[in-house]
Amino acid sequence: MNEMSNQADRGALLGAYLTPARMASVLLALLVILVISMLIAAEFGTARISLVRAVTDPKSSDHAIFFAARLPRLMMAMVVGAMLATVGAALQALVRNPLAEGGILGISGGGALGAIVALVFLSRIGGSETTIVPLVAFGAALLSTVAVYRLAEVDGQLEPFTLLLVGVIFNAFWGAAIMVVNSVVNFYYAHSILFWLMGSLEAPTWQEVELVAALGLAGFAVLAWHARDMNLLSLGDEAAAELGVEVDRLRRLIFIATSVMIGAVVSVSGIIAFVGLIVPHMLRLAFGSDHRLLLPASLIGGAVFMVIADLIARVAISPAEIPVGAITALFGGPFFVYMLRREGGRPLGL
Amino acid sequence: MNPSSTPTTAALSAHGIIAGYAGVNVLHEVSMEVAAGEMLAIVGPNGSGKSTLLRVLAGTMRPWRGRVELEGAPLDSFDRRALARRIASVSQENTVAFCFTVMEIVLMGRAPHLGAFRFEGRRDLEIAEAALDRFDLLPLARRHIEELSGGERKRVFLARALTQEPRVMLLDEPTAFLDLKHVVGIFTRLRELASSRGMAVVATLHDLNAAAAYADRVMLLKDGRVVGCGAPAEVLTERNLRSVYETEIYVGTNPITGKIAILPAHDPALR
Repeated sequence: MNEMSNQADRGALLGAYLTPARMASVLLALLVILVISMLIAAEFGTARISLVRAVTDPKSSDHAIFFAARLPRLMMAMVVGAMLATVGAALQALVRNPLAEGGILGISGGGALGAIVALVFLSRIGGSETTIVPLVAFGAALLSTVAVYRLAEVDGQLEPFTLLLVGVIFNAFWGAAIMVVNSVVNFYYAHSILFWLMGSLEAPTWQEVELVAALGLAGFAVLAWHARDMNLLSLGDEAAAELGVEVDRLRRLIFIATSVMIGAVVSVSGIIAFVGLIVPHMLRLAFGSDHRLLLPASLIGGAVFMVIADLIARVAISPAEIPVGAITALFGGPFFVYMLRREGGRPLGL
Repeated sequence: MNPSSTPTTAALSAHGIIAGYAGVNVLHEVSMEVAAGEMLAIVGPNGSGKSTLLRVLAGTMRPWRGRVELEGAPLDSFDRRALARRIASVSQENTVAFCFTVMEIVLMGRAPHLGAFRFEGRRDLEIAEAALDRFDLLPLARRHIEELSGGERKRVFLARALTQEPRVMLLDEPTAFLDLKHVVGIFTRLRELASSRGMAVVATLHDLNAAAAYADRVMLLKDGRVVGCGAPAEVLTERNLRSVYETEIYVGTNPITGKIAILPAHDPALR
């Protein structure tokens, strides 16, 4: 009798929480999807190439295109997407609002301005741009994050609408500042203004890919290590503290880790918005809100999303190219409106 | 002195607490203690400092002066996780950002017992399951928290607190806005837990009758000062209540339970 009711209880609990088995199977499935989308994206582009020939025949033009141009770009799309999505998920946990995202909150804009200013100075005085530019972008992103957070805080509460409004203002402000710097300074090799404002993955070097991947993995490790604390943060600062979370310390860690990641991403790809909004939201709908799964799933899901978005950017009007940030914004804008309407009943998920 | 009256160490005690917000003093020299297995109700009008006292007891708010002791040791000597393994709090408002299932919320109570990334083990799951069962939540385990009614949500958060396996539970208005059935159900369970596990329960209450019916002792606060503390019948007197609530109050006896029953005695038609 007891045995039977026990079994019934187990049934009631089945699928009610995250198990290691469920986590492994979800991540494995996402990895398979990533590999498939990478294979597809590798074949298509301005020139259609054969993957088989690229790998087997080192003298073919396919080989040259694949290893010199397409592969680094694919890797960059993967890394950038993975970071944008995990940063989005972490920022959403921080502010307890599913509409938070680096681009929307104006943090990426701050980082991009920092990157431009660093480039301008370095072009005058000379210096190693691959390390200093992301560093300055990180500092600027961190300042933006803290400023957005503090400005949106009213009586110790984060007001969702204030938060989004502050983001709008920051975006407009950084956008204008980027325009000004770009107009005043005519730097010889600089990326076009479109690169900074719309985001693009054009022509990355292997060195850039490696640096961004390293910073991204470091940031991700810090975030993932605090995944359970992020779950507790969903209950509110006070409740999280009562469950053993050092809330101020966690907040500082998220500020720093996400700013490092945003700084690294914007210095190689400009502002690519909405990826951090769309990917975590879809994953939450599909697999629940536990950050122990959500963060690694966003890492892979963000990579998939970006690889596909970049494929569209490359082939849609080939041989010309659309900035990939335009593609994500075209998807993301309507998606944002849908989420705003959906969350409209309750105060934005708070 | 009589050796039999030597006090055993209180589960939680506060001594001469002075605390407040932004220069406004809310608590004036408040002292209290609660023993293991005891249920203490804190009552008093709005703004009397009940919730502030709970925050100080939980360690989420530092008093300006005075000290709080958990089983004889200063609260400051515990880090947050150690504290969370001993004291569980349920606040009045229980909002959850994002969509978590009931079981996920209840399992969060195991967080102070687990490492950063470790998954819940068999024992953790059993504790959570027992807590769900205790509050009749097993059929709701897979539901999302936002789909539940107010009474169901409150039970989920009480079950989460229980899953922490605390020595002390601090509850801010555990039955506010709930119907009578839930009020009775929740207090009955809290009483059972206090006596069966030797857990100390401290609850702020607006409902004086609930305090009279279920608490071992009642602490009456007014403007951040203790007006009285002791058995319900000794503290919740007409005289005390009249001065604290500034209105006419009648205190009688519930003919069924024999406990005191409190009614407002101000009749607007008589004026």
